[in-house]
Amino acid sequence: MEPLLSVEGLGKRYRLRHRADDGGYATLRETIAGVLSAPFRGGNVTRAAAAADDFWALRDVNFDVAAGDVVGIIGRNGAGKSTLQKSLSRITEPTAGRVTLDGRVASLLEVGTGFHPELTGRENIFLNGAILGMTRQEIRRNFDSIVAFAEVERFLDTPVKRYSSGMYVRLAFAVAAHLEPDILVIDEVLAVGDAEFQKKSLGKMRDVSRGGRTVLFVSHNMAAVQALCSTALWLDRGKVAASGATPDVISKYLQGASPVDNASGRPRRLGRSIDIGRLTITPNPVGSGGAMDVAITLSAIEPVKIGEVAVLFYSSLETRVAVIDLRAANLPVRLDAGCEWTARATIASLNFVEGDYRVGLFVNSSDFAGDVLDLADLTVHARGHATVAPYAAAHRGFVELDVRIHA
Amino acid sequence: MPLVLEPGRSAAHYWRDLWRYRELLSFLAWRDIAVRYKQTAIGVLWAVIRPALTLLVFVAFRRMAGLRQDIVPDVVLVLTAVLPWQFFSSALAEASTSLIGNTGLISKVYFPRLIIPLSAVATAIVDFAITLVMLGVVMAAYGVRPDIRVIALPIFIALCALLALGLGLLLAALTVTYRDFRYVVPFAIQLGLFVSPVAFETSQVPERWRALYALNPLVGIIDGFRWSLLGGRAAIDLTVLAGSVVVTLLSLVVGVWYFRRTERGFADAI
Repeated sequence: MEPLLSVEGLGKRYRLRHRADDGGYATLRETIAGVLSAPFRGGNVTRAAAAADDFWALRDVNFDVAAGDVVGIIGRNGAGKSTLQKSLSRITEPTAGRVTLDGRVASLLEVGTGFHPELTGRENIFLNGAILGMTRQEIRRNFDSIVAFAEVERFLDTPVKRYSSGMYVRLAFAVAAHLEPDILVIDEVLAVGDAEFQKKSLGKMRDVSRGGRTVLFVSHNMAAVQALCSTALWLDRGKVAASGATPDVISKYLQGASPVDNASGRPRRLGRSIDIGRLTITPNPVGSGGAMDVAITLSAIEPVKIGEVAVLFYSSLETRVAVIDLRAANLPVRLDAGCEWTARATIASLNFVEGDYRVGLFVNSSDFAGDVLDLADLTVHARGHATVAPYAAAHRGFVELDVRIHA
Repeated sequence: MPLVLEPGRSAAHYWRDLWRYRELLSFLAWRDIAVRYKQTAIGVLWAVIRPALTLLVFVAFRRMAGLRQDIVPDVVLVLTAVLPWQFFSSALAEASTSLIGNTGLISKVYFPRLIIPLSAVATAIVDFAITLVMLGVVMAAYGVRPDIRVIALPIFIALCALLALGLGLLLAALTVTYRDFRYVVPFAIQLGLFVSPVAFETSQVPERWRALYALNPLVGIIDGFRWSLLGGRAAIDLTVLAGSVVVTLLSLVVGVWYFRRTERGFADAI
């Protein structure tokens, strides 16, 4: 059968700017100065510098989607998922390759795109529907069903700025859920609203996919991908790392190949005398409840005495979740210049609720004492478990307890 | 027919898409109109008060500067110029900031981006229609009756809208990359008011400056408004008018060309 959507050699390149401090906007002065000074610069030098600043968010991505397929697209933050979604939905133009679409595409990068706070619920349904590509008749036909789904009947003529955030999100999702494109691309829409509403939206998504609609579902939520998608595609650093049947791809993804070193790859300097040589977490991403190894190396630039070291785990909102106390790993220690101190730790069962965490260090030494945040990202995935669908991660705190329920 | 997305291919279905998305154009224009006067005490009256105050200032200015003539009542003469000026300046100002004011839409949803500045101009047209009613009332009060020439008025309105659109497209696209234009445009508009025949008439400009003066495309448009509304009591210089038409078409061509050329990068640059 002819694929409905076909992606061949898709690539998207972004140019990175040198100066981070100007917020990324070119100013006229810089451009004029650049144009004027260009003839005086060696052509080769500038070209080489430009190439070094290229960043391929997607590189040589190939896949086909047949009509009626529900495909999950998974990958770590920054793997190119959003860029792929933007390319498929024509928001950005590809730099290389080709996408062939045989049908109308609707894309949902964010629920509530185009909502205007001053307009009423009723007005926003029409506006948002039009923005997402519905015709006036389609909106009118679905209007009652949208309102019922969002449970906002009483507030239809209230400006949405007076809505609670829950009502706002429900209304936005309801409009989006009633889109009727041939290909629907959605991103994390399930991560909204309360548990009750999430269950309802998951049900709606299931209806959509059973109705023969083709869906690309971009998500971090492995449980949802597993539940909804027959096939999956794993993106890693802009390339397709694996694709095929969902359970296979997810398990490959969770085994997690690439351990992540400290984000920039460069050593981070603490004070004058200590470099964080290496901070490795394997596997990363890790399944909730799975085993995990942490290895850390500190090297001395100048002679230094290290008294205490601890690995810190933070939530994305900077709440400290757990620490690994490394005082037992031959500390305190006196290091001469050029010497290293290494520690390894194994966590038998990382009982974190699924989500993104950040890893940092606490170091107390003769030269530096304090916390260093953001040395690495840690992604924890849900393990398929339990007979009851779990509540949303946001409602479950940080720790999975090992519980037995006696009924 | 399958849609193919490739580097440099975005042009293929552009104008057909623009037509298909016309409903969105009217929705966006309607949104801007609906939102504009929400939570204001006197609402749509603002559309009338602003030109009325400008009118007062200029009538007073003419009186003090001794520019007064008796062929047409001063109030009517100035108002016939304040209207197109206000229309042009608000359409231009809103079109040129329209893209950066809709960042969320541009980075999240696909549609031909031309829709956004087009809807900004459409919004200005609605405000203009309100002031046109006000002009009718004032003219009736002063007993100034237009003759058959009034049927040419839509041509000058269209010319004014197209000029604002052409310049607006160019400035909107430039503003995406160079935020400098956020400061340039309001200033340029402010200056433009004084080099356009709003407080005075083109015939009051010294003869030897007239050719240079005619380079300002608004001269022909404002003169056209007066000519078509004042029933033969205001003259129009055909070479000046031709100049306006040429500049308008030129700005439209350059505006659409530059906008289309940079459009595919908007989502990445904004």
